[in-house]
Amino acid sequence: MQGRLPPRHIRLNKDGGPRFVHVFLKPCKTFLSYFISLSLRKIHQTFPFSEGKRDRKRKCSTTTTKSQNFCRNEFNITGLCNRSSCPLSNSQYATIREEKGQCFLYMKVIERAAFPARMWEKVKLSKNYEKALEQIDQNLIYWPRFIRHKCKQRFTKITQYLIRMRKLVLKRQRKLVPLSRKVESREKRKEEKALIAAQLDNAIEKELLERLKQGTYGDIYNFPVHAFDKALEQQDHESESESEEEEAEEEVEQREFVAEDEVEESDLSDFEDMNKLKTSSDEEEQESSEGEEQQEESSDEEEAGASTSKSAARGRKRRAFVEIEYEREVEPVSKSRDF
Amino acid sequence: MDFTEVPVTSERKSKKKKNKRAGNKRVSEAENGESVGVEKKSEEKIMENGESSAAFPPTFSVSEIKNKQRRHLMFMKLKQEKRKQKLQLRKKKKKERAALGDKAPPKEVPKTIENQRVFDETTVDLEDEEIAFDEGTDEFSAYFNRLTNPQVLITTSDRPRGKTVRFCEQLASVIPNAHVYYRRGLALKKIIPQCVARNFTYLMVINEDRLVPNGLVLCHLPDGPTAHFKVSSVRLRKEIKRRGKDPTEHSPEVILNNFSTRLGHTIARLFAALFPQDPNFVGRQVATFHNQRDFIFFRFHRYIFKNEKKVGIQELGPRFTLKLRSLQKGTFDSKYGEYEWVLKRHEMDACRRKFQL
Repeated sequence: MQGRLPPRHIRLNKDGGPRFVHVFLKPCKTFLSYFISLSLRKIHQTFPFSEGKRDRKRKCSTTTTKSQNFCRNEFNITGLCNRSSCPLSNSQYATIREEKGQCFLYMKVIERAAFPARMWEKVKLSKNYEKALEQIDQNLIYWPRFIRHKCKQRFTKITQYLIRMRKLVLKRQRKLVPLSRKVESREKRKEEKALIAAQLDNAIEKELLERLKQGTYGDIYNFPVHAFDKALEQQDHESESESEEEEAEEEVEQREFVAEDEVEESDLSDFEDMNKLKTSSDEEEQESSEGEEQQEESSDEEEAGASTSKSAARGRKRRAFVEIEYEREVEPVSKSRDF
Repeated sequence: MDFTEVPVTSERKSKKKKNKRAGNKRVSEAENGESVGVEKKSEEKIMENGESSAAFPPTFSVSEIKNKQRRHLMFMKLKQEKRKQKLQLRKKKKKERAALGDKAPPKEVPKTIENQRVFDETTVDLEDEEIAFDEGTDEFSAYFNRLTNPQVLITTSDRPRGKTVRFCEQLASVIPNAHVYYRRGLALKKIIPQCVARNFTYLMVINEDRLVPNGLVLCHLPDGPTAHFKVSSVRLRKEIKRRGKDPTEHSPEVILNNFSTRLGHTIARLFAALFPQDPNFVGRQVATFHNQRDFIFFRFHRYIFKNEKKVGIQELGPRFTLKLRSLQKGTFDSKYGEYEWVLKRHEMDACRRKFQL
């Protein structure tokens, strides 16, 4: 029974006052029918728990959201809580439900209302979509349009999601691996301690210096080699004292070309001596560094070209020194520091 | 009920003031509230406790005292004693050293976890022929014989978030010949043959969880080993303090520290093959993989030699730590793959001094 509002003239008071005053004071015939239907409606919508108070929240297993009420009854066809789609308030009702990939049509008729165990008739629908639709049509022939339509809609939706499920199984599945909090925190602490123990900066610096010593960088860096210095310390003593004097002269006589030439010659002679000494001791180095020597020279030439006379003198000295064929070595530490 | 008539005051003298007051309270309470029998009992107990602390029988331990306050105080006392003894010992040793001067015995090396490490039978001896032969014929031999140039494909898991994307980009800038590709929900098993067809040598997949990269799958492509790491402490470039400018296109050098076992060697070769064989020394960039207690720390620096004894380094680039979770023989195949090594927590994490890499 659909509730219908009473005719308009009843709703208002003769004075135009509020309706319910009129209701309670002067019930007329038409209004009585309305009142009865209203109470029946309340019975359908409100369950034993309510006291006849009509509010938006219907008490038969619904959940509410801001916009609409949902019906939690498992036989509901649309899922909304309406008078037309409530399985409890309709004596003739039909739904589609799905179990493990199989769709069934459930029907409820008024003849079986007294037998709750047999109330719902279950019909298995075929797996073929069109055939199933025909089955629904056959079973629900002469049923109200609304229920037929909603059944078909629901069936379509169900088949669609079943297809999607089957497709997803074939695709990549995300695997969730549980993390143990204890283990994670333990590992984090271990990592921090390992980081402190590692002393990364020191390790990297050490490794780089090792590589420099072993000569993997070739001749890019013109640092005097520590080992070389140590080996030649004794031989250097004599030449050092001489060269120091010369360097003092050189700084003073920077601008005079003549002075520099003199210095150069004397230095060259020294270097030749050292050349002889060196060649006797380190023959292996010579072999490896011959190729580098040319590179060294070229780099030194570049340097000389770009620099002032003082550094040109140095460059010339270096070039002379380079002929001695040391890998990275250009001049002994003491000399460079003097410069 | 026996009770010894030991005067309570003598015990109190041996303990601290707090105890005295506590002891007093208890005795007084006993006197006030209870009957004579109970009183005596409590006295007995006090006496027992007192006896145990004063006499120190050989099997005494602090945990046998039932009273929490007293037990705590005894324990603190014990600790203080130990500390005092230790300090005295140190002073004595220092005096002896100073007295002996040059003839003093060398300082003892302190025990560290690295010192106490359980000897691993798979430690690589550099001169071992078998290992040399293995390394000559394994999947990396092509790289080490300069037959292939590394080409790296970096990708992520599905739907990467900002941090992961930026991490991938920074990694691509650090590793030469690296390209980042968006995943788009493709299956790895389908990506791999495509990569092989396009001559990639490495596939790197960065897995993301909760907005942060947390896993790395490194797959050497023409059926090379696949390593799965756990990534932690990722710091992108802007999170690094005192960093230098962005890395340039020069190939960096590679430093691999502390990879001592067979497994460690394999992993080290895996990392080494990521970078081209000829580094540009002009670029002065170095990528470091440092293994410490099974954690692999990655750093990217620029170095400069100030003189032959000093080098300055400046950190560029991202930093992260890796922990190996599994090593698989073929390319990525989580179901049917043959695992060479898998982290089994109960077996491997049980001993603090045992490490795998």
